Amino acid sequence: MSWSESATTGVDVTRAEVCVVAVAECFRGDGEILANTIGTIPMIGGRLARATFEPDLAMTDGEALLVADDALFAGPNRLGGPDGLDGKTVEYWNPYRSMFDWVWSGRRHIMMGATQLDRYGNQNLAAIGDYARPKVQLLGYRGAPGNTINDPTSYWVPSHGPKVFVETVDTVTGIGWDRAAALGPAGRFVDVRQVVSNLGVFDFETPDRSMRLRSLHPGVTVDEVEAATAFELAVPADVPQSRLPTPGELELIREVIDPEGAREHEVPDPT
Amino acid sequence: MTDKMMTEDDVVARLRAGMTIAIGGWASRRKPMSIVRAIVRSDLTDLTIVTHGGPDLGLLCAAGKVRRAVYAFVSLDTIPLEPHFRAARQAGTIEDEPLDEGLFHLGLQAAAWRVPFLPSRVGLGSDLLRDNPRLRTFTSPVPGTDGGEREELVAMPAIELDAAVCHLNRADARGNAMFLGPDLYWDDLMLQAAPTGGRFISAERIVDTADLRAEGCVHQMRISRLMVDGVVAAPGGAHFTLCDPDYGRDEAVQRAYAASATSPEAWAAFRAEWIDLPEADYQAKVKAASA
Repeated sequence: MSWSESATTGVDVTRAEVCVVAVAECFRGDGEILANTIGTIPMIGGRLARATFEPDLAMTDGEALLVADDALFAGPNRLGGPDGLDGKTVEYWNPYRSMFDWVWSGRRHIMMGATQLDRYGNQNLAAIGDYARPKVQLLGYRGAPGNTINDPTSYWVPSHGPKVFVETVDTVTGIGWDRAAALGPAGRFVDVRQVVSNLGVFDFETPDRSMRLRSLHPGVTVDEVEAATAFELAVPADVPQSRLPTPGELELIREVIDPEGAREHEVPDPT
Repeated sequence: MTDKMMTEDDVVARLRAGMTIAIGGWASRRKPMSIVRAIVRSDLTDLTIVTHGGPDLGLLCAAGKVRRAVYAFVSLDTIPLEPHFRAARQAGTIEDEPLDEGLFHLGLQAAAWRVPFLPSRVGLGSDLLRDNPRLRTFTSPVPGTDGGEREELVAMPAIELDAAVCHLNRADARGNAMFLGPDLYWDDLMLQAAPTGGRFISAERIVDTADLRAEGCVHQMRISRLMVDGVVAAPGGAHFTLCDPDYGRDEAVQRAYAASATSPEAWAAFRAEWIDLPEADYQAKVKAASA
């Protein structure tokens, strides 16, 4: 089957590839900012946006460089070359400390993960249970408080389920729309935009800024999403299908950005 | 000319129980592991560890050396969550002082500049202000640049250190040093934030000052002898964390380390095999294992 046919029918497009396009769409209109994507499909999606409709995005190699390459490296050859780097097209040396220059000046849109996420987009990365004596200690606050109060933020959830999409997060590491509203002017830079999961795309374009189903990935039903979400989602009467990749996008994803198919490991195709 | 060369045990002899110690590197990258192992073997206790955390914090937690952890995250990179740190947190055996990565930066910078705090909006609205009571808010005495409002900000207090230990790629005997990998991390700031007498580095290789520059490029010469009181020659000193371009992470030993969090017996076995031995024997063992 040719890709043009598959893009029309959706038959030969994987769920992971739909997620890649949904991620790319999160960055539409961003212009010349740092698209700071955490995770495999976010890295691929950001690169797809840059290779197509947002050519001025800047992206990291996942570590200390801003790179112009479209290709997602399966793993950097850390020991290659005299400076410990490999054959990347480097635009800027961006050690971790430089990241705060982007974060605090607002020149960045981050897409990060969430162990828990609630209806207003509050995120938890730190601990499950009572923070003082957690049932499960996670990564920590990481940079989430600073990211969310300074920059546009989107989330990537590769495995949508009721333990991730929870009524209330146990600890608020990244702040959502209700917390931002309570802050008043101090929350003026908070901008929680979209959530992309393996089931669909979500936004906060509702009167009270609670989470809304924006689109369903092909083959996913509203019932399936609601069953996998522990809070009440805003669901429009007509929910569109997530956009399918164009033939050109599919070629970029499969042959240029991710020829190894790393995307399929993060989101296996539903059978 | 002061020769600052010393051993890991000399460093440990200058530390005291109850100290606040910053450890350089980032997650499981360029950690001063030979000094950390020496601390594990010592009788030091009740330490406050300030770190972009990896197996440094995990090892010290497993050995019962930690009273308090000051950190924004703890990870082993290829193993996302640090099992020994998790075990300590979940058992309630350590005090917890969480930070955002950016606040961690400001706290070290405030200490280095000898000011009580630096301002930020980071933390507002999140539970960080609940979980770290040292963070206070204040109303800016100065109008804002984008609307004139005197806004509420967070005062990130200086992270007052007693000592800092870091591992670099190259150093001279006076304490000038350079990083050769992609990132210096917070090593220079930790050394600048620590008081004179408590600033220690180890290095893969010690070279003459005149030969230092030829080891890389001038922009990598970011550690000055003005920041350093002691220098340890420690080839392989960051093992099993990565130390590029000198060597990568030893994933097999890291996996064994992570697996040792499953029981006290497993930890005792790991400790006997990889901690309770002289550093020279450790390095010989690493060589033998990779041969």
